[in-house]
Amino acid sequence: MPPVKSWTDQRIENLLANLLRAGVLLSALVVLAGGGIYLFRHGQAPVEFRVFRGEPADLRSLHGIIRSASQLHARGIIQLGLLLLIATPVARVALSIFGFAKERDGTYVVFTLIVFSVLLYSLLGTT
Amino acid sequence: MNTLEFSLLVCGCSLVAGLVGALTGLGGGVVLVPLLTLLFKVDIRYAVGASLVSVIATSSGAAAAYVKEGFSNIRIGMFLEIATTLGALLGANLAARVSTHAIAIVFGFVLLFSAYFSRKPRTEAERAIPPDPLATRLRLNGSFPDADGVRNYNVQHVPAGWGLMLGAGALSGLLGIGSGAMKVLAMDQAMKIPFKVSTTTSNFMIGVTAAASAGVYLHRGYIDPGLVMPVMLGVLAGSMIGAKVLIRAHTKWLRLGFSVVILLLAIEMLYNGLSGRI
Repeated sequence: MPPVKSWTDQRIENLLANLLRAGVLLSALVVLAGGGIYLFRHGQAPVEFRVFRGEPADLRSLHGIIRSASQLHARGIIQLGLLLLIATPVARVALSIFGFAKERDGTYVVFTLIVFSVLLYSLLGTT
Repeated sequence: MNTLEFSLLVCGCSLVAGLVGALTGLGGGVVLVPLLTLLFKVDIRYAVGASLVSVIATSSGAAAAYVKEGFSNIRIGMFLEIATTLGALLGANLAARVSTHAIAIVFGFVLLFSAYFSRKPRTEAERAIPPDPLATRLRLNGSFPDADGVRNYNVQHVPAGWGLMLGAGALSGLLGIGSGAMKVLAMDQAMKIPFKVSTTTSNFMIGVTAAASAGVYLHRGYIDPGLVMPVMLGVLAGSMIGAKVLIRAHTKWLRLGFSVVILLLAIEMLYNGLSGRI
């Protein structure tokens, strides 16, 4: 492997690592903020995770979560933070497409596009 | 117990799980689901959702440190992520179709495997294996810094490794774990990738694999913000502290202790699954 190539690989990887760290930090802050409001408002309520009921519709879809969070519902804000967290690896894959394209590595652009489509399908696809 | 007390307790336990997971290199995810279901009596579907999201947090948080060491192989990672994400999608869809007893039983077996895997002595990878034509065409072979300079490695058995990764992804999607042990097994044992490269690349892949099933879980209503909040924050804090003290800690006894805990959880999980309590 020529030295120039490995340097590019290393640079992409460093960029990706920083992106991951920033994404996790941002989502943790949003979850923390939402969690604070949630415990302040509902801290005295009884615990109810023993029986599975599933989440309400507005905490299950992209659209619903954004609407719920914008109305400053505590659970909506936490869910928005979690959505940011799930989006972080997806953004990493998206950036890798760009990185492999810059290296003119067609095979890996295709591989990365496949992974990216699977992730998008899971996130946006069937309910 | 009210919500505030519950959240603080869950957060504390998750912090310990994340800390020990990072110190032993086994990941905290594998003990989170048994912890939540057995100790806190949380429904296993909520527990799996919370664990899965936490796995994304720890994997992505730790990736930065690993990448700087220059061990992980981004091409191996991306090529195998096709298998793990497809597997994860399959596993997450399977989770909605099988009974909670079945999930508990499969979980028990995976815990047994993890306990065994953590005690297994590491075999030094064979050196100077001739390059595999498929691995060469896919440009998977690489090098990493070693004690005696830069060491090159040639990847073997690409289809077998890919198949194992499909299975690792499916388990991750079904059980809400990172299934790091199985990913390392596929790379280290089947594909003959050096252990250090395997573990760091596996960590890099875990977040993407978990994200693939997290979408399905979210749509299904398995991800409850009230439960995930203390779990995710606790595990993240624990694993960050763990990464900081990693160099100083005596991990030998910790690993032994942790594998005993995993073994006990496995038995408990199998018992509860088989007797229909979960």
